[in-house]
Order: sequence, then structure tokens, then C-alpha cells
Amino acid sequence: MAKILVVTSGKGGVGKTTTSAAIGTGLALRGHKTVIVDFDVGLRNLDLIMGCERRVVYDFVNVVNGEATLKQALIKDKRLENLYVLAASQTRDKDALTEEGVEKVIEELRKDFEYVVCDSPAGIEKGAHLAMYFADEAIVVTNPEVSSVRDSDRMLGLLASKSRRAVKGEEPIKEHLLLTRYNPERVTRGEMLGVEDVEEILAIRLLGVIPESQAVLKASNQGVPVILDDQSDAGQAYSDAVDRLLGKEVTHRFLDVQKKGLMQRLFGAR
Amino acid sequence: MNIFDFFRERKKEPTASIAKERLQIIVAHERGQRSQPDYLPALQQELVEVIRKYVNIDSDQVQVALENQGSCSILELNITLPDR
Repeated sequence: MAKILVVTSGKGGVGKTTTSAAIGTGLALRGHKTVIVDFDVGLRNLDLIMGCERRVVYDFVNVVNGEATLKQALIKDKRLENLYVLAASQTRDKDALTEEGVEKVIEELRKDFEYVVCDSPAGIEKGAHLAMYFADEAIVVTNPEVSSVRDSDRMLGLLASKSRRAVKGEEPIKEHLLLTRYNPERVTRGEMLGVEDVEEILAIRLLGVIPESQAVLKASNQGVPVILDDQSDAGQAYSDAVDRLLGKEVTHRFLDVQKKGLMQRLFGAR
Repeated sequence: MNIFDFFRERKKEPTASIAKERLQIIVAHERGQRSQPDYLPALQQELVEVIRKYVNIDSDQVQVALENQGSCSILELNITLPDR
């Protein structure tokens, strides 16, 4: 049975697309046939992060409108056998996606894939609603910062009341907290909310903590999901998060300040 | 940055605890509102209009709250009339 995952946050710029690309790629790396779907109609960006922007011919809205088949619109990843991308449309029409249209596409994807990762747009408008409506599990991406935490809590409220599972009175969506752009040095100095603080406020299961990392920008510059940079702290942290998502017990890393060695102090750490 | 700034920097008050406290308060408040029915703000607005026919009041002088106690719900109205 396929699982529908939504990557959501409420607030923009916290790392939803980076996370969707990393988690989707991580699932495919572990042998699960996965598709990542961009729900950000009008502001398509998943294609850039995945490095397939020049191969987009048909998009999500084309499929919903019957202008292309799903098979035509799915972009196969060049690196991984099990990985596909469905790009968002660049149309300015806000109502291009409908609940019925999205449901049809999701049900079709369910037959072919083990995981459908829905990359939600920011906000709580239609696009964000449709991205989470059909979800079985949700990854709530949060930065250790007041506006992001508040918006995440708002999003948790919507997941619990406005999703299909909630409306139909089924078992609620399984919620995971992913804390991104985490800076242990600043937490130690009391300048940034710590993991425990955010966990205490939002009261959901912690999936992972992704440290603030230069590797993220480096990866997006090149169109490579950061999880494929397995030497980087962010890549390894995402990898751990994928393992936890699949039910493995993995201890959290990168929560404490890394002690710098003499050479690193002298020549600067990367 | 001069040498004085360097020493001043050390004494900065940790702000994460302030953030946590503010978040706990606002999140608790918003969670409370979430469980209220959607019609409550509209009900409040209409009540204000009815009362205004007779007494001159501001909209913030009427408070409407719905409380659930076991099997029954209590609709609580709190109207502050102006001084004469």
C-alpha cells in the first residue's frame, strides 16, 4: 500500500522543497519507488532543486486537465532508478488544481509508487490545503524561530481538522517534526530555541534535526538533493531522518557543538 | 567592532528563553480558539449590532465564549455597558 507524505510548514523559506527533495531521494536510495510532487502552482522550484528543470515538458496541471497522461508528465531521475518528479505548473491561474483533479492523480500514483512525497507551498491557501488533504503522514518543517514555530502549530491544527482523514473521521495523520537550520553554537549561547524547546511547544514526534549547513546551498546550486552529499552534515542528518521515517531507531546527531581541532581553528572549518 | 563592543557582546542577555515563553503563551491561546466553532466571531458581531440599537457600545465591550463542560456547552456573554 502506497504512503502519501506531505512536507509542510505554513511559513515560507524554512526548507520544505529541500526536505522534499532529500527525503524523496533518500527513500528511492533505499529501494522504494518514490515520486515527489510539486504543489506550488505558479512558483515551481522542486525541478531546480532536483536538477531536472530542463526536462519538464508536461506538468501536474496538464495531467489534471487531461492535456497529458501521467506517464508523459513524470520525469525520471537521471541518478536513481526508483525516483520520479512531477513538476508544478507555472500558470498564474490559482484555481488550476481542484480537489477532484488532485484526487484522481494521487489515486493513480498510489497504484504505481510506494511513496508519494507532496511538496506543499507556503501559506494555508488552496495549494497548501490540497497538498496535505490526502496525506497519510506529515513532515512539519520548522526553523528554531518564533514565527516558524507558531505557523507550524497552526498547520498541525489544520492537519488535525481539515485533512481527508480528519474530515472522514479516520485514523489521524501521523505527524513528524523536522527541525531545520539548527545552529548548536547559538543554542548553547542561549540565542536560539533548542530542540527540546520546540518539541515541548509543538508536542509531536521528532523525526530529525538538520544543522544549518553550507552543503544545502552548495547542493541547490548544482541541482543535487543534499542527501546525495553523504560527506556533509546536512546530508547525513537527512539520511538519519529517512531511516527513522522507515521505522529504524537512530540516535540524533549534530545536536551539540562540534569541537574544533587545532588545524580547523587555524585554517577554518568547512 | 571596537574593543568596547567586544566586552559588551559577552554580557548579552540570552533571548531564546524569551522566545520560548512568548511562544508558549501565544500557542496555548491560539489552540484554545481553534476548538471554538467558526460562527462565534459572526455571532459576536451580530450581538454587538443588536445591543447598539439600544446602548452605545464598542465591539470590544462584548465578549463571547463557548465552554464545554461534560455533556453540555455554555455560551457565555459578557457585555460591559458604558458609564452613565
